[in-house]
Amino acid sequence: MSILIAVITLAAISILFGILLGYSSIKFHVEGDPVVDKIDAILPQTQCGQCTYPGCRPYAEAIISGEANINQCPPGGEVTMLALSDLLGVEPMALDEEHASEPEKTVVYIDEQTCIGCTLCIQACPVDAILGAAKQMHTIIESECTGCDLCIPPCPVDCIYIRSVKVEPDTWRWSLPEATQTAPKA
Amino acid sequence: MTEYALILISTIWVNNFVLVKFLGLCPFMGVSRKLETAIGMALATTFVLTLSSVLSYLVNEYILNPLDIMYLRTIMFILVIAVVVQFTEMVVHKTSPLLYNVLGIFLPLITTNCAVLGVALLNIQEDHGFLQSFFYGFGAAMGFAMVLILFSGIRERIAVADIPEAFQGTAIAMITAGIMSLAFMGFIGLVN
Repeated sequence: MSILIAVITLAAISILFGILLGYSSIKFHVEGDPVVDKIDAILPQTQCGQCTYPGCRPYAEAIISGEANINQCPPGGEVTMLALSDLLGVEPMALDEEHASEPEKTVVYIDEQTCIGCTLCIQACPVDAILGAAKQMHTIIESECTGCDLCIPPCPVDCIYIRSVKVEPDTWRWSLPEATQTAPKA
Repeated sequence: MTEYALILISTIWVNNFVLVKFLGLCPFMGVSRKLETAIGMALATTFVLTLSSVLSYLVNEYILNPLDIMYLRTIMFILVIAVVVQFTEMVVHKTSPLLYNVLGIFLPLITTNCAVLGVALLNIQEDHGFLQSFFYGFGAAMGFAMVLILFSGIRERIAVADIPEAFQGTAIAMITAGIMSLAFMGFIGLVN
């Protein structure tokens, strides 16, 4: 008798919930981006988060918005990447191990032998990271340089070079907050 | 009132679900790579854990106990929690796109987490009442959210550190989690 009660209760509640979910999936249906659905269908649905997104669908949305590359899914491997490149018409790319999609941080440095002390780069620098005076050799304060490369075009003797810097715990900074999407477009 | 404060302190610091009870390790490792996603996950977990704690109390008290079918607890809790969270996700998706962006995508992920079922079952085991269940779930979620956000902050920094090759990636994350867990063991004895 008690087993009957258990079966009936569980069945009744399951059916009730089934009806509730089925009804609400019609009632609260939201039109999604069909391409996102297609990408989501290709992804392996392991929800592992190795792409740095919280799951497969967020990753699919990130691909659509151009935030992520198609090569960040280790469980899917090359097959998934090729399927994605086929669907989206993007060039196939090698699988990305670290998913380091951020551009490499660079600073510039001045070849001090060649510098003629014209001060043109000092005027171009938006953050005052270049030290020097007229007819004196110039140099870059590396910790201030943002890597904007604005000082390179004005240099008459082409003595400024780009150099990559490796981020270390001492030089690491929190990334700046991204601009909100609701900002009006100019 | 003191009782509820003690439940909060106990679940957040002393019996932290992730670092002391070792529940919910999957999202703890999985979505802690970026601070932003960690915060989203933390908010979603807070919501789901509190809700499931209260719901499972109600189910146990008003359905399972009167019918004398307590042995169906586990399956019943899973069913109820999964359905209610799924339902909430649909409603939020339809009614508030902003809220859905913040926590919608994380909701289905946290539903099947063992911390969620763990809170529900521990509530029964420790004979909690309605308000006690609420605070127990909320405190567990706060503790989870806190260590998840702390951990993701540490991981973002560690990502750029000079780590020996053998320890790079998940290995150093595991070690970090272990050290954090050791630190939290220091709270043992503060409250029961």
